[in-house]
Amino acid sequence: MAPQPFNRRRKPTDPRLNRLIAAQVSRRRLLGGAGGLGLAGLLAACGTGGTGTGGASSAAALTPAADVSADEAVVNWANWTLYLDYDDETKKYPSLEAFMEKSGLTVNYSEDVDGNDSYYGKVQAQLSRGQDIGQDIVTLTDYMAARLIRQGYTQELDRSNIPNAENLLPNLQDVDFDPGRKHSLTWQSGFAGIAWNKEKVPGGLKTVSDLWKPELKGRVEVLDEMRDTMGLLMLEQGVDIAGDWGADEFGNAADLLEQQIDSGQIRQVKGNSYKEDLVSEDALAVIGWSGDITQLNFEEGDKWEFAIPEAGGTLWSDNMLVPIGATHKSNAEQLMNHYYDPEVAATVAAYVNYICPVEGAREAMEGIDPSLVDNPLIFPTEDFLSNVSIFRTLDSGEENEYSSMFSGAIGV
Amino acid sequence: MRAPASRRPEPAENLSAAEQKAEKARGRIGVGLIVPGFVFLLLFFAAPVFVLLAMSLYAKPPGAETGVFVPAFEVSNYVVALSEYWVPLLRSFLFAGIATVLALIIGYTMAYLVAVRLRQHKLLAAILLVILIAPFFSSFVLRTQAWKQILSDEGFVVEALRFVAILPEDGRLTATSIAVVAGLTYNFLPFMTLPIYASLERLDTRLLEAAGDLFASPMTAFRKVTLPLSMPGVFAGTLLTFIPASGDYINATILGNNRDTAMIGQVIDSRFFKIVDYPMAAALSTVLMVVILILVMAYIRKFGTKELF
Repeated sequence: MAPQPFNRRRKPTDPRLNRLIAAQVSRRRLLGGAGGLGLAGLLAACGTGGTGTGGASSAAALTPAADVSADEAVVNWANWTLYLDYDDETKKYPSLEAFMEKSGLTVNYSEDVDGNDSYYGKVQAQLSRGQDIGQDIVTLTDYMAARLIRQGYTQELDRSNIPNAENLLPNLQDVDFDPGRKHSLTWQSGFAGIAWNKEKVPGGLKTVSDLWKPELKGRVEVLDEMRDTMGLLMLEQGVDIAGDWGADEFGNAADLLEQQIDSGQIRQVKGNSYKEDLVSEDALAVIGWSGDITQLNFEEGDKWEFAIPEAGGTLWSDNMLVPIGATHKSNAEQLMNHYYDPEVAATVAAYVNYICPVEGAREAMEGIDPSLVDNPLIFPTEDFLSNVSIFRTLDSGEENEYSSMFSGAIGV
Repeated sequence: MRAPASRRPEPAENLSAAEQKAEKARGRIGVGLIVPGFVFLLLFFAAPVFVLLAMSLYAKPPGAETGVFVPAFEVSNYVVALSEYWVPLLRSFLFAGIATVLALIIGYTMAYLVAVRLRQHKLLAAILLVILIAPFFSSFVLRTQAWKQILSDEGFVVEALRFVAILPEDGRLTATSIAVVAGLTYNFLPFMTLPIYASLERLDTRLLEAAGDLFASPMTAFRKVTLPLSMPGVFAGTLLTFIPASGDYINATILGNNRDTAMIGQVIDSRFFKIVDYPMAAALSTVLMVVILILVMAYIRKFGTKELF
């Protein structure tokens, strides 16, 4: 937390005092744990939510941290890499600079999130105790946002502070993991579909089954992100992934995946690094993400093509959340409001090339980069959207069961 | 102060009070020097291992949220760990073992060249030594990535190998178990080479001359003089290579495939981060630790040298 300039400091207000008291309590508890309790203290330090009560959820006990936004003009935001408009010359984020100027707040922007699972692994222990993880906004993908909200690790947003949130696209207004969008707002969305090397796969691909052609043997890669790879496979098998499917449907797709890995058709199952294999041409066809292919084509020459398979693709979103221990919620809400301004949203979209979730950004894009206005991967048409679905949210039991099945199929 | 006990060595009785005081102070300094290391080990080794062991016995209450576990005595975690993941576990030790042997052959040759053969050519030896250590200077993840590019299906290496029919027409190098073992060998080579270099550098070459004077052939001299004297280095090098290589998951992730190269490190990583099954990840780590401990103990008993300890 940045030290506060002395001249700005006002008389201590209640939230500050509260925070001070809270800090003392936790410090005392920590000392008690380390000193006297020994074993219990060590066990508590090892990062599980369970503390011996045997309760099914620790969520009920958590209360949001006191908001000190009025006293500290700061917002801390953790996002993914290359996910905000960046000016190489000034080494700054123009849209963020504009916000800081307008609001007088200082934004500490960090590219801390390098994976949903790994980020969760890092902060879960603190969140489960309602502690501040040092971030006022974290940006996480649907299923992880769902998990955090379900576990009570997020604060409820005050939509009266975010009037621009009205601009959220209608199809994103209501999601199953956060009815009415009380805890989350979409940052960007994207598609998972199939992509191929145009030169080496001249005929192109139309369906997921085309990936199993003999001439692509050993040159196909799929994502290690379960919901995208399994989503596409299940769609190909005629399953409505947003609907009420069960273990049988998932199992069929997992069997197919395992079979294609065992036969050597699929070379590797990869995270973000599938892009490098496309460049080295070890992989000629992949299940991948729309924005990645757009960026690759931009950086490496127009060599690849992305398509939504005929049977359908997946639509995922990354969501801005305020963690339970965050102390600058209303500042965070101001920032969210800024990015829901269509002009600002269009600036970001022109850089990141993912689907912009803000209504009106398309019109604003006319003035920024007219060539992107008709790009369906940034401003998808109704037609385009009708062929993609969102993988339904899993409860914790299913999450465990299916991720174990998936990991069994991919071998690790 | 009372008279010194009879077991006390003779000269002590003649110590003046000042000398006794100095000795006591030395003792205190000795204790003082041990304390930081001891505290460090306690905090950063003993405590985490204890937590790891405890966590490996935690249980998931029915219907609990993702990531919520309660203290228990769930020994079945170990049964599952061994019965479900014995293949990647075994493979890890196999890969690490092959990589260690390969690194020993390559590393010993390099160290011998620099430390013994080129001992008279100081500059050349120094340059080669720098080349040996240079890989340490850049991230090994990046170096492994670079290999992926060099060995890619469309790269010149694979094309050349196909041309001379060492690789079949549709053969490849990356995403194979050969690539994983090669990656392990390459990445841990400095850990093997440097200890061997350190012990060969101290080798007194006059001993080799003496062996020659006693009609030993160069081969016999190597076998009876050089090799035994370099054993501490070989011993340290093999341990420094084998132990981290068996827990490594970067090489298998980058250079492997999803069929026949999965190593235990990858499984632990996915249990921890993807499936959020902390007890299983802890149980697997414990198994890995115990097996390594057993293997290393057996190795020390069989080949261990006193010089090390």
